[in-house]
Amino acid sequence: MDINNYLYLSAILFTIGAVGVVVRRNAIVVFMCIELMLNAANLSLVTFSRINGTLDGQVVAFFTMVVAACEVVVGLAIIVTIYRSRRSASIDDASLLKR
Amino acid sequence: MITFISPTLEYAILAPMLIVLAGALIGVLIEAFAPRSARANSQLFITLTALVLSLASLIRVRNSASTTAAMESVTFDGAGMLLQASILVISIIAVLLLADQENFTALASALPGSDEERASLQKDLRVTEIYPLTLFAVAGMMLFPVATDLITLFVALEVLSLPLYLLAGLSRRRRLMSQEAALKYFLLGAFSSAFFLMGIAYLYGYSASTTLAGIHAAVVGGTGNDIYLLLGIAFLSIGLLFKVGAVPFHAWSPDVYQGAPTAVTAFMAAATKVAAFGAMLRIFYVSFAEALYQWRPALIAIALITMVFGSLVAIAQRDVKRMLAYSSIAHAGFLLSGVIALNKSGLDASIFYLFAYGVATVGAFGIVTLVRDSAGEVTDLNRWSGLGKRSPWVATAFAGFLLAFAGIPLTSGFIGKFSIFSAAYESGSTAILITGVLSSAIAAFFYIRVIVLMFFKDPVEDGTSVVIPSLYTQVTIIVSAVVTFALGIYPTPLINFIQSTASFLR
Repeated sequence: MDINNYLYLSAILFTIGAVGVVVRRNAIVVFMCIELMLNAANLSLVTFSRINGTLDGQVVAFFTMVVAACEVVVGLAIIVTIYRSRRSASIDDASLLKR
Repeated sequence: MITFISPTLEYAILAPMLIVLAGALIGVLIEAFAPRSARANSQLFITLTALVLSLASLIRVRNSASTTAAMESVTFDGAGMLLQASILVISIIAVLLLADQENFTALASALPGSDEERASLQKDLRVTEIYPLTLFAVAGMMLFPVATDLITLFVALEVLSLPLYLLAGLSRRRRLMSQEAALKYFLLGAFSSAFFLMGIAYLYGYSASTTLAGIHAAVVGGTGNDIYLLLGIAFLSIGLLFKVGAVPFHAWSPDVYQGAPTAVTAFMAAATKVAAFGAMLRIFYVSFAEALYQWRPALIAIALITMVFGSLVAIAQRDVKRMLAYSSIAHAGFLLSGVIALNKSGLDASIFYLFAYGVATVGAFGIVTLVRDSAGEVTDLNRWSGLGKRSPWVATAFAGFLLAFAGIPLTSGFIGKFSIFSAAYESGSTAILITGVLSSAIAAFFYIRVIVLMFFKDPVEDGTSVVIPSLYTQVTIIVSAVVTFALGIYPTPLINFIQSTASFLR
């Protein structure tokens, strides 16, 4: 199989994630879409690692997983706090800061 | 097969960052073990000590011969040293603002308006986690402009961002707005770091290397697939432009500036800009300099839109924090012209501008924390009218910072703007020069409007007053004001120092 197909798949996943961030309204779903984008980048990194014949890309992928885990910790803390004070995780409801 | 090389770490060179991280870890331990009453003072002491020690070790490191550390993932050169020093100085004066209890919530987990919140306020609790969080952010900021490896860059970006997302949500008053600011900052920040990571993936695919030097070699060699290079530069730039708040990636900044506690806004606005522009300068000067036809036209367009948009929209703002946010967007545009200039004078001018702008920003937000009524800070500009008659000193200092933002002679802003625009002109970007000067003129209009409002309008009697600043806040404001005017009146020593020191090691 052509290894470039993995790159196409990664680009498609990244696009789905990016569109999801823009379109979806629930903070948790938006956050999941961001995670999808990070994992799409991981797939690209691993594929490039295979194409280039160096391990660096796979190392980056490991770091990305750790960073994504940290982001979950911070992100869910913020989203849960918002949910507790508003009883809603919709990002449309969070609109106090408009002129 | 690929052999695994055991890495070497040059602790002496990494010392400034390690000291800050050690301070942050000690802060975490204090949170866990020290009694509540002892926390606030010991945290402030640890934080300031760590920052000052780090600055001292930075001066010592400057004389060491070795310039790369941790397997060439960190490069310590003149520009890196200057940027780290700027971040530390700005952080020290910004941390003093954090010490004011009025800025932060008493208990972050208490629901706004609940009995729990009232009880926590009565018990006089304090969120002392802000100090270790700030130190972690400072360590990330210090790493960001000296990182020469894409992995290190990504980790530094996250280390500086994650604590700031949390800090943005800890305001004492208007807590719903503050939490909303944290949510927006977090979601858009994570969105942009996904782009940053995708850029890393494409640059790695292009050059088969994750180091900036390796990417530079691939660009010079020209053997890679140019589509990957273009995609890589584009995605990486989106991540960086988001952090500096350039149009069209600026949407978060007015909301976050307004919603976050003002002391956090001061720190974030000033220090993040230095770190992000430092990294941007390094990446573009070191890796992409030979591919300038690929990125320069797009970056020039973004710089022009950013300057004009920031200056025009700031005119319509009625809230002082939002006005400063749009002014910071305009300044991001001015600073981008230093990246576009791509020459030595552009680098020197950017470093000077970043330091001068950062210090003035901390001072300006420091003054915003002082204007209050019974419900907290008053950020509505209409209620600032006549401030000069009530509190001449505070109003004069604020006017000074605004004049520095506007780039009026005898302030640091003038020297910064003059040198950055002349560097852009030197590199042949006449459009930048003309648009920059015109949007500076537009920006001067709304800065001077605020000054007129403060000094020539009658005060409104609605309970707005200027509180007596605490000792810490006084130090912040006085230091920022002194630096702002000293750099405007006698900038030669610093300029000479930057010119002789600033360079990127390839």
